Amino acid sequence: MEHFLLQLFIFLAAAAIAVPLAKKCGLGSILGYLLAGIVIGPFGLSLIGDIEEVMHFTEFGVVMMLFLVGLELKPSLLWQLRIPILGMGGTQVVLSSAAIGAVSLSGLPWQQAVAVGLILSLSSTAIVLQTLRERGIMNTSPGRSIFSVLLFQDLAVIPILAILPLLATVAVIDSGTHGSALFDTSSLPGYLRILVTLLAVSFIFFIGKFASRPIFRTIASTRVHEIFVAAALALVVGISLLMMAVGLSPALGTFLAGVVLAESEYRHELESDIQPFKGLLLGIFFISIGASLNFTLIGDHAPLIAAVVLGLLGIKWLVLMITGTLFKMPRSERGLFAIALAQGGEFAFVLFQYAKVNGILPNDVVEPLISAVAISMFLTPLLFLLHARLTAGHDGDRQDRAADTIRHQGNRVILAGFGRLGTDLGRFLIASGIRPVILDHDAANVDILRRFGFEVYYGDITRLDLLAAAGAAEAELIVITIGDVEKARELVHLVQKHYPHLKIAANASDRPAAYELMDEGVAIIRRETFGSALSLGQDVLKLLGMHPYEAYKLMRIFRKKDEDSMPELYKIHRDDEEKYISMYQQHNADLEELMKMDLDADMEEELDKAWSVGKLEG
Amino acid sequence: MKMKKILIIFAHPAIARSKINAAMRGAVEDLGGVTFHDLYAIYPDFLIDVADEQKLCQAHDVIIFQHPLYWYSTPAILKEWLDLVLQYGWAYGVKGRALEGKYFFQALTAGGDTDSYRKNGLNTFTIGELTAPYRATANTCRMEWLPPFTVLGMHRGMSDEEINRHAEEYRRVVTALRDGTFDMQKAKQNEYLNSNLDLTIRKV
Repeated sequence: MEHFLLQLFIFLAAAAIAVPLAKKCGLGSILGYLLAGIVIGPFGLSLIGDIEEVMHFTEFGVVMMLFLVGLELKPSLLWQLRIPILGMGGTQVVLSSAAIGAVSLSGLPWQQAVAVGLILSLSSTAIVLQTLRERGIMNTSPGRSIFSVLLFQDLAVIPILAILPLLATVAVIDSGTHGSALFDTSSLPGYLRILVTLLAVSFIFFIGKFASRPIFRTIASTRVHEIFVAAALALVVGISLLMMAVGLSPALGTFLAGVVLAESEYRHELESDIQPFKGLLLGIFFISIGASLNFTLIGDHAPLIAAVVLGLLGIKWLVLMITGTLFKMPRSERGLFAIALAQGGEFAFVLFQYAKVNGILPNDVVEPLISAVAISMFLTPLLFLLHARLTAGHDGDRQDRAADTIRHQGNRVILAGFGRLGTDLGRFLIASGIRPVILDHDAANVDILRRFGFEVYYGDITRLDLLAAAGAAEAELIVITIGDVEKARELVHLVQKHYPHLKIAANASDRPAAYELMDEGVAIIRRETFGSALSLGQDVLKLLGMHPYEAYKLMRIFRKKDEDSMPELYKIHRDDEEKYISMYQQHNADLEELMKMDLDADMEEELDKAWSVGKLEG
Repeated sequence: MKMKKILIIFAHPAIARSKINAAMRGAVEDLGGVTFHDLYAIYPDFLIDVADEQKLCQAHDVIIFQHPLYWYSTPAILKEWLDLVLQYGWAYGVKGRALEGKYFFQALTAGGDTDSYRKNGLNTFTIGELTAPYRATANTCRMEWLPPFTVLGMHRGMSDEEINRHAEEYRRVVTALRDGTFDMQKAKQNEYLNSNLDLTIRKV
């Protein structure tokens, strides 16, 4: 236990020190993690023990990342991407495998050359996606293309795993079990295996589409937040286990689950719950890659490894440029596309290990290749930096793209709270052609509203991560209709601190609540019951026989006078408060002030000034 | 003879403070075949229902604008009404014939007396000149224009008897129009619709 905690502490502390440093130097978080890994690894301070074990465990971060990516990809969007996925991805994998295989033939028998080609054609999902996110280019068109290729590669792992055993030439050293610990499908006949696999995939669909909603709703209604987190984690881990049991990539399985859940109202909540776990696991994964760099080996075979790294990056870069050209990618985007995917990936570690164990590749081939892959991954963030430097100055193309994304996502309204007031407000906005992102923490409410076609999400809006997930960075304004003024204040704080560009409009349940929001500097405040009170007042005047237009006018005049008096009454209220009078006294003082104002206001006179000359008339 | 249906479109933002308009309203409101339509009461927020208003116009043969003269024009809501209801293709234009042949006139009250609505008077122009836009409007909509029913001199103050006399005349005009006993041709010659009523209304 103590040992585990010590190891954990070393990893976390290394990350906490290295990442901010790397960010300060403009290197991005991944390089920070990798550097931290080198420092605490066997060739640095030698602080950590079993790196491979750690790497194996934290690979799960990649699975979580794909789940999160899936959550952001609605099925319709995925369908739109089918041509880049199959076309670009397929071209990239086939051409890269062939080219790398052909070069490898110079020193290896053909079976080994094929295996090396297949394994090295894959890129690093973890590093690339993390970098795209960090640089904010995930939703641009080159970002989409890059993602499509990565997705195809994840699919390609399955056939590659199937082909590799056929290439075995070396006597098997270790015939240890490589199937699942739970249920080994490899013992089943072929057709049954396919059947089981299909069943597993449809099970994921069933869970995501039908079972998840009632389950999450029940959990959400308990209002115990950590149980929701637990359920979200259980979902991801469970799907991974299922996928491994049937011999599919867990990353692919959770990605599918993510896509199915992308239209769920719990999407934002799931996203913000899984996010920190993914971040930590991936971070430690990157650290372990840094730590696994075998500098003795690299030193011994320096020229060979350097040649392999350069060859790998060069060949893949060339293939990617060709792929980009074939698919008519704009010239300006091709460079980023090629740089982003030129490295080897974390799958290579797994597959090389698998190849070694199954007698496909001998150890002396695998070792330098693993080092080369790790170095190429290490170089990727640097290449991104280099690319950004080189293209920063010279094309106006980039600006066009930036404007495009703003137009696409901009002009958004976040509606925080969808209760009695929020419902009508939301209806009004939707009827006026504005589709707000609605957030509410009443699960039953959310459920009903979703059925009527509202875009409503479940979650506690006063959490920063949920605010981010709702698109606060791109939104234009936030409307706060939360009844609880403390919560509303908390949210105002959060918005002012993290999203100062967001305009705030708020509802206050009563006058003191309005004063509290005024304390926070909120400019647009509407008192919840004020509008209804005045409308009723207008009705009363009409029922008493007053002409409807006069009743309407009086209502308007009263409203204006009340609004005009707010700042002054606010000041008096706060002054009184400084005298520490009791809340009851405060209420009376406020009321007295209000009544004085109303008696002084001669609204009839205001009404009389128009349409008449003195006391005569026309 | 078929009775004409009469629509009185009434616009006064402060009817409680206008004795003459209240009296005139009282004199015609309960007449059979007359629809009294108080715009400020129906649309206090100025959100005029155009389709409803057009249906109403089409269901009547005579359209009267009853209003005080504000700044040589109508109260604001009546201008809004004109702007919205008299649509192209409905009220005017080649296919806009919904109002064709209907009679139109204003029933207006004003503060200044007869002398002030003269070339050398306080208001420089006559009522006939000042109401030219409405005459032009009626013309564009192919309506039969009639001179305005005019009550002047409200600022001097007016006795209750005088007010009642005007109201009674208003009632006579509206009734005669409804019953077809009003001589349109003779009336068109007059400056005001309510001058020489004994000559323009035929005895039955």
